[in-house]
Amino acid sequence: MSQTKSGPRDAAAARRTTPSGIEIPAVATAAMRRHPDDSAPGEYPFTRGIFEDGYRGRLWTFRQYSGFGSAEESNERYRFLLERGQTGLSVALDLPTQCGYDPIDPMARSEVGKVGVSISNLSDMEVLFRDIDLAKVSTSFTINGTAAIIFAMYLAAADKAGVPRAKLTGTIQNDILKEYVARGTWIFPVRPALRLVADSIVYANQESPRFNPISIAGAHVRDAGSSAVEEMGFTLANGLAYVDELLARGADLERFAQSLSFFFYVHMNFFEEVAKFRAARRLWARLMKERYGARTERAQQFRFGVVCGGSSLTAAQPYNNVVRVAVETMAATLGGAQSIFTCAYDEAFQLPTEQSAELALRTQQVIAYESGIADSVDPLGGSHYVEYLTDEMEVAIEGVIQEIADYGGVVKAIEDGYLQRRIARSAHERKSRVDHGESVVVGVNRFRNEAENKQVGEVFSSSASTAEEVVRKYEKIRDERDGAAAARALDTLDKAARDHGENLMPYLVDCCHAYVTVGEMVEQLKKQWGEFVEPVKL
Amino acid sequence: MASQLQGKRILIAKPGLDGHDVGAKVIALALRDAGAEVIYTGLRKTPDYIARVAAEENVDAVGLSILSGSHLELVKLTAEALKREHADDVALFVGGTIPRGDWDALKASGVDCVFDSEMSLEQVVDEVARRLA
Repeated sequence: MSQTKSGPRDAAAARRTTPSGIEIPAVATAAMRRHPDDSAPGEYPFTRGIFEDGYRGRLWTFRQYSGFGSAEESNERYRFLLERGQTGLSVALDLPTQCGYDPIDPMARSEVGKVGVSISNLSDMEVLFRDIDLAKVSTSFTINGTAAIIFAMYLAAADKAGVPRAKLTGTIQNDILKEYVARGTWIFPVRPALRLVADSIVYANQESPRFNPISIAGAHVRDAGSSAVEEMGFTLANGLAYVDELLARGADLERFAQSLSFFFYVHMNFFEEVAKFRAARRLWARLMKERYGARTERAQQFRFGVVCGGSSLTAAQPYNNVVRVAVETMAATLGGAQSIFTCAYDEAFQLPTEQSAELALRTQQVIAYESGIADSVDPLGGSHYVEYLTDEMEVAIEGVIQEIADYGGVVKAIEDGYLQRRIARSAHERKSRVDHGESVVVGVNRFRNEAENKQVGEVFSSSASTAEEVVRKYEKIRDERDGAAAARALDTLDKAARDHGENLMPYLVDCCHAYVTVGEMVEQLKKQWGEFVEPVKL
Repeated sequence: MASQLQGKRILIAKPGLDGHDVGAKVIALALRDAGAEVIYTGLRKTPDYIARVAAEENVDAVGLSILSGSHLELVKLTAEALKREHADDVALFVGGTIPRGDWDALKASGVDCVFDSEMSLEQVVDEVARRLA
């Protein structure tokens, strides 16, 4: 590789790298490119985006994450956001729902309705979407451990509302692998959990072809402390593991590959963030085509949504976060994101208020409609620096994928705790760099203003009676449902689970229609499969 | 700081269902670097379990990591469980996403110190060392 002359100055002092460790040239030139890539937008390997007309044809989806307390409270918030121009709903679920515990379970104590809405049975799902047309709204569920069950419940709710399943649009996160690594809402051991993911993808492809049955997420790995390169490398490796599992279950590559989508964080190093998306888009297309032989463009394309904010936000001087989120949103659009969630500036320390949530949405609208960023496709394409970084990131990301393959694959790396330890170490290093001022965080380790470091805004609190109300409704449904039908549905599910070749989704949908609860389905499956044993070695 | 916490035994625990464990692990690594013997519980432990381990392992301090907003309840339950195990003489620390407005309430239920994510690892280690001195 060519190096610019730096003269007698200390080379080490002049050397700069991105947070992922990619060498930054003082001036990038065309000669630094690794290989020519003259592909146009919408053309393999899609470096410049998956659409020929970029955002001209359609803007990205503005998707805000919300939902808390009871289904009634969340339903009210959704209708508030839809009225204000939001174009997609995002459902946050409480931890008992995410971990498969009913609201009365001792493990659910003090967590019901806390970080999201409690959905324990079909009745909750019906209330959540009351007066919202499921055929018209695109809904995204952040759920993983119980994703197959919640998806089954959404289908059952559509059935009951008379909405054809084929009309449903949205996404279910359903990415269990990263839960073992970074987010922690695993339930079952890795292999049966992978089966549930594959079953739900295949079933969604047949029943609700416009619904994305998985969103393979690097966001949590990143927020936990890994670099942009690790974020993309771990996530693409997980994506490949799902592809392998689906192929092993006999699924059709061309069909399922077009329903895979991804989800990432955007942090503050602007150009590295733009480049990581361009690099991953090219690499994924190449892997799908060269490794698996995907022929159709839809099966080669890398589609993704992003979160702007997360751990790049600070509790100190929280209004600075408004600026961070705006910069990150610009990086996401220049990287070609299909949907964007902007964090509220107060999310580093509390649930957003209506005022801060609205400002987060307005941030996207200002960028979309005032900045001109959406007018020309991939406006940074051809920039020497961005193309150089794209090339370098691609090589580095592929290196991480290879490292995991060399270890023995994702499943082994998770069962051994290898990936978990690697992330903890990266997080420890990142924290040390901030502590020592090597990474600048304005208002925290540079330009502190002690007088301003008090929290602003009102604190939103979910009503204290929410949990009691949720439990009361839960008990009412259990009393009123046809107990024999519920028991039969659960028994049939149990039998189906014993046959490894059987797709469990229709049985889960039947359970939902019979008002079997999330906790009951999970308990039934735990009897067969057991639970994941967490490697706790540091 | 390599030996500030030499000879101290510290339990780092994740009560409740919150799955965000990286902060807990980073603190555990920092305390270990400072010489402490650190036990990490893993995810989803009940307050009773945490108190039992604290008593059985005869630790000097318990650090709870909570990012789910359930800190007031979970800390109170853990403090009560420690009392039942006659382990309420151990120092109790809490970290995670804890609004400033809740710090006093946590201290009233027996917490010695609350850490936020913007404190440096040195500050955390120094504070733990000061409390255990």
